[in-house]
Amino acid sequence: MSKVIFERPRYLCDKVTHYCAGCTHGTAHRLVAEAIEHFGVGEKAVAVAPAGCSVMLYKYFDVDSVEAPHGRALAVGTGIKRARPDLFVFTYQGDGDLASIGLCETMHAANRGEGITVIYVNNAVYGMTGGQMAPTTLLGQRTTTTPAGRKHDNEGHPLKMAEMMATLEGVLYSERVALYDPKQIRRARKAIFHAFEVQTKHNGFGFVEVLSACPTNLHLSPVQSQKWVENEMCAAFPLGLYKDVTAKPPELPAATPEAEVNGVSQGTCHAV
Amino acid sequence: MGERGGKRVLEKGNVAMAEGAVQAGCRCYFGYPITPQNEVPEYLSKRLPEVGGVFLQAESEIASINMVLGAVSTGVRAMTSSSSPGISLMQEGISFLAGSQLPALIVNVQRCGPGLGGIKTTQGDYYQATRGGGHGDYRTLVLAPWSVQEMFDFPFLAFELAEKYRNPVLMLPDAVLGQMKDAVVMTPPGPIITYEKDYVLDGAKGRPARNIRSMYLEDDDQELLNYALRTKYEIMEANEQRHEETETDDAEVVIVAYGTAARLALSAMQQAREEGLRVGLFRPVTLWPFPAKALRALARRVKRFLVVEMNLGQMVDDVRAVLGPEVEVDFFGRPGGGMPTPREILAHLHGRGVDKGNEWADKVDAAVDHYVWWREGVLQPREVSPVGHKGVADE
Amino acid sequence: MNTIIIDTERCKGCYLCIEACPKNCIEQNGRPNASGNYPVQFVLASECIACALCALVCPDVAITVFRHVKEAKTADTAMA
Repeated sequence: MSKVIFERPRYLCDKVTHYCAGCTHGTAHRLVAEAIEHFGVGEKAVAVAPAGCSVMLYKYFDVDSVEAPHGRALAVGTGIKRARPDLFVFTYQGDGDLASIGLCETMHAANRGEGITVIYVNNAVYGMTGGQMAPTTLLGQRTTTTPAGRKHDNEGHPLKMAEMMATLEGVLYSERVALYDPKQIRRARKAIFHAFEVQTKHNGFGFVEVLSACPTNLHLSPVQSQKWVENEMCAAFPLGLYKDVTAKPPELPAATPEAEVNGVSQGTCHAV
Repeated sequence: MGERGGKRVLEKGNVAMAEGAVQAGCRCYFGYPITPQNEVPEYLSKRLPEVGGVFLQAESEIASINMVLGAVSTGVRAMTSSSSPGISLMQEGISFLAGSQLPALIVNVQRCGPGLGGIKTTQGDYYQATRGGGHGDYRTLVLAPWSVQEMFDFPFLAFELAEKYRNPVLMLPDAVLGQMKDAVVMTPPGPIITYEKDYVLDGAKGRPARNIRSMYLEDDDQELLNYALRTKYEIMEANEQRHEETETDDAEVVIVAYGTAARLALSAMQQAREEGLRVGLFRPVTLWPFPAKALRALARRVKRFLVVEMNLGQMVDDVRAVLGPEVEVDFFGRPGGGMPTPREILAHLHGRGVDKGNEWADKVDAAVDHYVWWREGVLQPREVSPVGHKGVADE
Repeated sequence: MNTIIIDTERCKGCYLCIEACPKNCIEQNGRPNASGNYPVQFVLASECIACALCALVCPDVAITVFRHVKEAKTADTAMA
């Protein structure tokens, strides 16, 4: 006799993805689908798709979804969540979408503490457009628009989103994880699950930065590209927990009518 | 302007519009401050919470329109408002709304441009509003109010048409209509009509998951979507042309004007009639679809039209396209915050230009000299080497 | 016996599973699938410890893992 100990999660559609061989978008998709199932939000979830490689996530997740203009996923998500606070809203965005063109929407949605879960896939390169520099491209990394390698005095430094998110009072949870080996994938799963819980339990803003490999645009084999994430990316983007104010109940100020009126809509989660 | 039950109150156009939207069932507003429409968010920030609605001041117009996109995806009535530069920022989102076939109300209380321009009134955004405005082949339905009463009434119609056609609807007043106070009856003009929404994202419970998108990469899907949209726009063009005519029955000359320009034209028309000139007014209420059928019908007995706009001539192109070369179509407009006065319009009705006096002519000449300073060959072409990043010729 | 089932049409041939398997139970298959990728195949079934690391790292969720259980308590949970 044998029993199934690993199978395709319920909310991942039975389709072959368009992702390249060894691209860990697929792994991140699976972890998100597992979280949807685990928290029982499949029938009230709305996914917001970005522009970028994951633009076609509506094909892969068996939940309602909407496609946002490039970078505006968290504005679209805000509209959904404000109109229907009972829905479970998550965005799935790449580095170009979230950290470059959409940085303004990202920071403000986070600062407002919207009850949205953000899965931010950072692979240090623009994948869908063919390997141009991303806001997270490493110093010295060659891309099609930094042929001599990224230089800080010209293109600036890689943007560290998990750290930036942690500075915003509206953010309840910010962690950076990776997918380069089974141990990291297990950690990533735990982080994504926690980000889901931040919304289901605290109606708060949870942010998970997932370091991911883009073998095609790194011009490395899938196995080598995982090593690159482990050795190069993790050096520039240290893994770890940057903020979690759900761990202990935040101390609330003495409730006054003004404080309640002026407080964030997710009042109980407001860190002070 | 409107005979129906209810108390007449004195109210600003912006506030009347905001109240009309709430009474029409709008429950989400997202917007960013910009003059001359700030009364809209200020009013709604108090009013929407009273009816259990959502008011949120967004970080930008780009965020505003995309919050609207998210909200209307869940089936609620949602809107944003702004003024010209802010509406320019929203164009990508409006294109997405059109491509995704989502209903929304966008109000552009126009101010003069280009660029940051000024905060005076204008009708400079006619092209942008009636040609889609953003990228791609699409149209938005455009309503042009001309009174505070219509500012209040049109949100009802706008939401109804937006939901009927699953298409963004624009209201295109201008700074004057937004800021003007006038008597207005603020009770619904009629029943509130809505349509079935089978696209709504509210969780895939007991049904397959839904997706709202404007991207179609496979095969001919994008081309086919565009043909489907064309059919929709053709139906809108057939069914939704709206206009109003004043004293056109015996008119020899008809002024074509909308919004504030139509109010000015009405004064000019009345003065002209006192002077014995039989003048009528044709006021487009929908700017897209343009009321071509009615204008063409009018041209069977009227041989001269004067288009009056608060710009350098935008709607006049549509009028000329509709009427063809056989009909005399004159134009008078003032751009950049200038408003055609009834006296000036009257002069054009009499077929003579306006003599504003030498002082004005000198000012215009001086402005041309100042801004178009290269016109008389002052700026000489100079050949430079293509090499060297500052474009400076070889050393 | 422990076993894995590989959906070879889903496999894109990234071979992350080969790298992950501690018992070297997976190897490249010499025959391409319909998409032209050379998928992996399960070999050395006797060595498989059903650790599921292969499935965990597979970006294409192409692997289902079965663990052998000594006594089936109920017949209706039995898998073919």
